[in-house]
Amino acid sequence: MNNAAPPVGRIHSWDLSTGVDGPGTRFVLFTSGCPLRCLYCQNPDTWHMRDGRTTTVDEVMAEITKCRAFLAASGGGVTLSGGEPLLQPAFTGEILRRCKEAGLHTALDTSGNLGDRAGDALLGDTDLVLLDIKSFDSARYRRLTGGELAPTLRFARRLDALGIPVWVRYVLVPGWTDQEADVDGLAAFVAGLSAVERVDVLPFHKLGAAKYTALGLPFPLRDTPAPQPDLVKRVCEQFRAHGLRAD
Amino acid sequence: MTAVAEPTVDTSAQPWRGFAGTCWREHVDVRDFIQANYTPYEGDSAFLAGPTGRTRAVWGKVTALFPEERRKGVLDVDAATPSTITAHAPGYIDRDRELVVGLQTDAPLKRAIMPNGGLRMVENGLRAFGYEPDPFVTRVFGTYRKTHNDGVFDAYTPAMRRARKAHIITGLPDAYGRGRIIGDYRRVALYGVDRLIEAKQAERALLDDQPSTEAVIRDREELAEQLRALDELTRMAAGYGCDVSRPAATAHEAVQWLYLGYLAAVKEQNGAAMSLGRTSTFLDIYLERDLAEGRIDEERAQELIDDFVIKLRIVRFLRTPEYDELFSGDPTWVTESIGGIGTDGRPLVTRTSFRFLQTLYNLGPAPEPNLTVLWSPRLPDGFKRFCARVSIDTSSIQYESDELMRPCTGDDTAIACCVSAMAVGRQMQFFGARVNLAKALLYAVNGGRDEISGEQVAPPMTPLTGEYLDYEELTEAYGRVLDWLAGTYVDALNVIHFMHDKYAYERIEMALHDHPVRRTMACGIAGLSVAADSLSAVKYARVKVIRDESGLAVDYAVEGDYPAYGNNDDRADELAVGLVRSFMGKIRRHPTYRDAEHTQSVLTITSNVVYGKHTGNTPDGRRAGQPFAPGANPMNGRDRHGMAASALSVAKLPYEAARDGISLTSTITPAGLGRSPEDRVTNLVGLLDGYMASGGFHMNVNVLDRATLEDAMEHPEKYPDLTIRVSGYAVNFVRLTREQQQDVISRTFHGAA
Repeated sequence: MNNAAPPVGRIHSWDLSTGVDGPGTRFVLFTSGCPLRCLYCQNPDTWHMRDGRTTTVDEVMAEITKCRAFLAASGGGVTLSGGEPLLQPAFTGEILRRCKEAGLHTALDTSGNLGDRAGDALLGDTDLVLLDIKSFDSARYRRLTGGELAPTLRFARRLDALGIPVWVRYVLVPGWTDQEADVDGLAAFVAGLSAVERVDVLPFHKLGAAKYTALGLPFPLRDTPAPQPDLVKRVCEQFRAHGLRAD
Repeated sequence: MTAVAEPTVDTSAQPWRGFAGTCWREHVDVRDFIQANYTPYEGDSAFLAGPTGRTRAVWGKVTALFPEERRKGVLDVDAATPSTITAHAPGYIDRDRELVVGLQTDAPLKRAIMPNGGLRMVENGLRAFGYEPDPFVTRVFGTYRKTHNDGVFDAYTPAMRRARKAHIITGLPDAYGRGRIIGDYRRVALYGVDRLIEAKQAERALLDDQPSTEAVIRDREELAEQLRALDELTRMAAGYGCDVSRPAATAHEAVQWLYLGYLAAVKEQNGAAMSLGRTSTFLDIYLERDLAEGRIDEERAQELIDDFVIKLRIVRFLRTPEYDELFSGDPTWVTESIGGIGTDGRPLVTRTSFRFLQTLYNLGPAPEPNLTVLWSPRLPDGFKRFCARVSIDTSSIQYESDELMRPCTGDDTAIACCVSAMAVGRQMQFFGARVNLAKALLYAVNGGRDEISGEQVAPPMTPLTGEYLDYEELTEAYGRVLDWLAGTYVDALNVIHFMHDKYAYERIEMALHDHPVRRTMACGIAGLSVAADSLSAVKYARVKVIRDESGLAVDYAVEGDYPAYGNNDDRADELAVGLVRSFMGKIRRHPTYRDAEHTQSVLTITSNVVYGKHTGNTPDGRRAGQPFAPGANPMNGRDRHGMAASALSVAKLPYEAARDGISLTSTITPAGLGRSPEDRVTNLVGLLDGYMASGGFHMNVNVLDRATLEDAMEHPEKYPDLTIRVSGYAVNFVRLTREQQQDVISRTFHGAA
């Protein structure tokens, strides 16, 4: 990390959200740029770093400071999301560090694909990792995301070894991630990691479809239905059968 | 029914047995009684009881009447009897089963007429629902007895009439009861009426040596009226077999006595808001004593509260369709304030605080009574979580910051109407509705002419003539318009409240206040977010003026982007803060009737729709006729960074410049609160803690999906109980006008996407 010039980063936007990006009400910073191209991606507008706007850590911290009392009182904090925040590890790491300094709870929302870029210092400033494991089948992972599964699993084991709490997120897409064997395999793997506190089963939705239209891109899963409640229940039960907390 | 039968006791003996404290015995001081005797409860909701068969049967009789009432608008009216405390014979829902008795007239949901406020309002109300005005009533109030409404119009100036007609000053209580006065109904239970009469006589005697100035004469006459009203309360109660001349001796009597005090008020006054006060922790002392004495069990304790709440749910007034257009859903604002923290740091939460909220499960969700939790991050966790759960399940609770109110009005504060804090029994307000700040901005552009009618409403000023609006020029002109508006407004309110005191004085409510009483003049503003965004557009973007052939500015074209209020962006939020402060300052420059203390609110109730309808295109890009955001809310869809960011903008509005309250209505989808029911409760508690810790004053919480509301619009019969919070109160969604329903649906839903 360059200590002379505080890192700048490319970001898409920020939001205050409740209950979906970690505990409590959180300042969520969406960074720009992502190495994966998940077929169900709801934020195609965050794929390219060049589409983001340049900002400094100071600017982001100024925005966070304005709602610090709210975040703290609500039992929330700050979540770095994207895009893929580990695509800009210096920027991400510096924001995490500054948030920890300010006494705020920090979370990193990542696919883990670039987990190797997260230094121990960065992870030391991270209170919680929201780890998106998109499939437990390497071939399907590749087809679904354009990337490799292995780095994510490696990152998961490293977080476990470091004792950093993890919430696993699993997007349930009918026909893609609903195979019983895959879910079971993932559940068994995750259940072996004591750092994992819960598994969030996120039903696939198409609220981002309009963004594809706006960007002039085809939405690959346009015709894929949202999962039925029965299916969501079944998958949650599969995780629970391994002793995991899953909702 | 498994509730124990209450053993009869010699009720006149030792009504204060077991109570501690001394001060309250010497003087009428309910707060002191509460502090000396209540038991804070820090546990969870597990102790609560469900509805008994008796409760279900009584509530069933009432709900069976609702469909016909909904269909006809009113179920029945006694058009021939101007209502007083004693005008109607006793009425019952189910005499054998009711635990708490007393109705406004001789039958449930049958409305009374109260012509002291204004005869025309009564006649229009009757005709609107197919009833003929009674000739005797018309003769008396048309010939012999002047009304409040007549008095006001005798004293209005042409300038006030013009401002009223142009809808720049709106909703004034000049033809209906002003309301927002909370009698300390607990006094009836604690002291009995005889003791209250003694105390009033002593207050009156203190005036005997004072020179008979106009003010002293008025005070003496009012105190005489109060004494007369107390006597009538005793007689009315006797008709129900209750001897309220003495203190209540059991919990059953305490609930009954307190309710009869309140009933006397709603028998005589059709006030816009007829709020109840802060009764749950007071009643808890009696319930705890009876529980300890083995007189009742939990089921019975809950039954008493359920029965009380049934009565509060069926308070009705005869109103006109125009009134309902402003305040839809037939609201009565029977506001009950629950919770809070005492000045000694102990939470004022008791088991009965839970029991009141439990009525939303036992009887189902409902808009009334307007259950208001005085929130503090320091409240016990069990209570916070129960509130959050009830909110998520029913969308029927509003929250107000105990931390902001306590230093100003003490720890026996109750909310009148939606957001008006007052020390119970010691303070009242002169309700002042509100002025339209967005329209005032358009007057600044047009030199005081109305943008719709073209009429000169404000005194002629130089109109702005540039092709683009200049920020400095605009704010200077706006300041001048607001100077005029504040003066005309306070003056009109002085006229109104002078006449209301003279012709429609709230005898029984004021009999349950100390004399002398602290009075506030509660002014209000509407259209804050439209005005702030308009200023922001002019300051940070470019706004081109479009004028008609007469030179009247009728539209605006915004070129470029501007920061909007509602995104925790100081550039825009400071404009809103500045408006609140500066208008408060302008209000304070004008003397008030009876030297009332100036306050203001940022609250619209549901009238944001009507204000919008009467306001032309605005420089923020809002189209003519489009509803304003309710209360202090940011404009729909312009708050783009989530509910908490939106709330943080509102939290910047300074309470010291809006002591009559700042209203925020938020709608969150269930998923927007979290994944599991447990998470949702935790996160809603966190949102409320976060908002109040950031200086937020009030939050209406709706937890709803847009799809539910859309379905309810199409199939109202499926959703008779669907309750939603609007600005400062709750309504039955299916009773809103279609326009208001659309407004609610178009609001920002803070979701999880």
